[in-house]
Amino acid sequence: MLLQVKDLTVRYGEHVAVWDAGFTLGEGEVLGLVGESGAGKSTVGRALLRLVPEPGRIVSGAITFKGRDLLPLSEAELRALRGAEIALIPQDPLAALNPAFRIGLQATDALALHRGLSRREGQGVMARLLARMGIPDPEDALRRYPHELSGGMRQRVLIAIAFSCGPSLLIADEPTTSLDVTTQAQILRLLAGLRSETGVATCFITHDLGIVAHLTHRVAILYAGCLVEQAPTETILAAPRHPYTRALVRSLPLDGLMPALRESPRACPFSHRCPERMAICDTAHPPVKTVGAGHQVACHLY
Amino acid sequence: MNSKLLGGVVIGLLLCLAALLAPWLTPRDPNRQDLSAIRRPPVWMGGAWDHPLGTDSLGRDLLSRLLWSARVAVVVAIGATLCAAVIGTPVGLVSGYFRGRVDTILMRVVDVWMSIPAVLLAIALMAVLGVGLLKVILAIVLVDWTRFARVIRGEVLALREREFVEASRAIGLGPFRIMAEELLPNLVPLLIVLASLEMAIAVGVEALLSFVGLGVEAAVPSWGSMIAEGRGYLLVGWWGMTLPMLALVVTVVGFNLLGEGLRERLDPRLRTEAAR
Repeated sequence: MLLQVKDLTVRYGEHVAVWDAGFTLGEGEVLGLVGESGAGKSTVGRALLRLVPEPGRIVSGAITFKGRDLLPLSEAELRALRGAEIALIPQDPLAALNPAFRIGLQATDALALHRGLSRREGQGVMARLLARMGIPDPEDALRRYPHELSGGMRQRVLIAIAFSCGPSLLIADEPTTSLDVTTQAQILRLLAGLRSETGVATCFITHDLGIVAHLTHRVAILYAGCLVEQAPTETILAAPRHPYTRALVRSLPLDGLMPALRESPRACPFSHRCPERMAICDTAHPPVKTVGAGHQVACHLY
Repeated sequence: MNSKLLGGVVIGLLLCLAALLAPWLTPRDPNRQDLSAIRRPPVWMGGAWDHPLGTDSLGRDLLSRLLWSARVAVVVAIGATLCAAVIGTPVGLVSGYFRGRVDTILMRVVDVWMSIPAVLLAIALMAVLGVGLLKVILAIVLVDWTRFARVIRGEVLALREREFVEASRAIGLGPFRIMAEELLPNLVPLLIVLASLEMAIAVGVEALLSFVGLGVEAAVPSWGSMIAEGRGYLLVGWWGMTLPMLALVVTVVGFNLLGEGLRERLDPRLRTEAAR
């Protein structure tokens, strides 16, 4: 197992962003982390890099990457992992590039840091990567400032940065949300291609089930910081078990809003919107049950 | 280029030219006394062309003294501002980036520092240090580095939340490289604006210290000491005090215009407001 997350709980002060989440990721596997805004999916992604933004804190759990628990690691040990072993594709490509520098300089930071390449060597590697990603004149792109490139180009640059050091785990945080639809499709195709070429295990954070269907092997559904269901992608799409997943997959309308957790939940976080609510749903948090091959649900129905 | 910026640049250039070329521009030694020609009026008031702006009560040529004083002003403005920036910027960066306890400690130091009246602190420092150009610069730096620390910290607090900082952390850059290589270049526009405004303050403080006799050495002409000397014979020769005051005011206004103009030009928020 490449990555094993157990009982992960992340708090932002009073607010519980992720509660008791557990999932695994095998070599070369693609996991879709799905949930609406505020469900905690980005927080899970950040936690894997130990980059939960302040005042967030990982309060308990274990994140085992290649047999090593990440939580006790020092900042220096983590820096050696970040970008080299675990890479992030950020959500907003314009915001994620430093406006003060040319692409060539910032895109080679990771290569210089982790591979000891000079800027010139790094630019060579980057140019080849960008060419493979369909950027017509990579040398020219490297000479430009971020604002001079289109959104799709910028996202290609960020994907190239993420892949540049040959990571074994990739965290893609909604890499296409800020792009227009046609560019989205190109970027997704590109990502899928690069992923299968390199075989990098990927944690794909998204709210788009269409992307999930195309790119992922397994899906984990987050609701209000709780992992409510996870299963192989075909299972989730064909036979969802949790009422929330069912509503999601079938695009059913739901009344009300997702609650914000303030403490360890004593009820099912979904109960007040659930069409199949029972008495027990308001008094006990449902434990995780295995209901099929690699299929887990946290719901009192099962 | 907006009119403020243009005004600031013109005044700044004239000042620098005056300072650079003072030895060649000036008709005579600024310290040469001529007791046979004291308190001569400027030419437009019936004076002679050998003293275009008249003389002071020791018969020293006012034009020469004004131009030589520009040297002190420029050296103090640039020297004090650079040093204050070099001290204040790292403090602001560290404070804003790390936040938490580091920030609390550094900012309480800055608060206490700033709570001492600046003029009082400068005068007290000079009284201890003694007069001299370098000491004037030192006093101004000690009084004013906190301004840089404060403003830079505020900007860093906002910058550090930007996604490119997170992206840099995600590829494994450490905090000091992020501060120096990612944040500092984004602070350059702000630093330029701050520096221009700081120069105006530095010139003013230097003049003030020289006015009370705690500035540069008596042999070095300075607008502040010229104002003090001119005050003594104000009723018989108003130009002796008024001309250096005018030079000082124009210089301070010039640096302020430069700072304001640059701010309008470099700050995208202000730029859109102006366009609206």
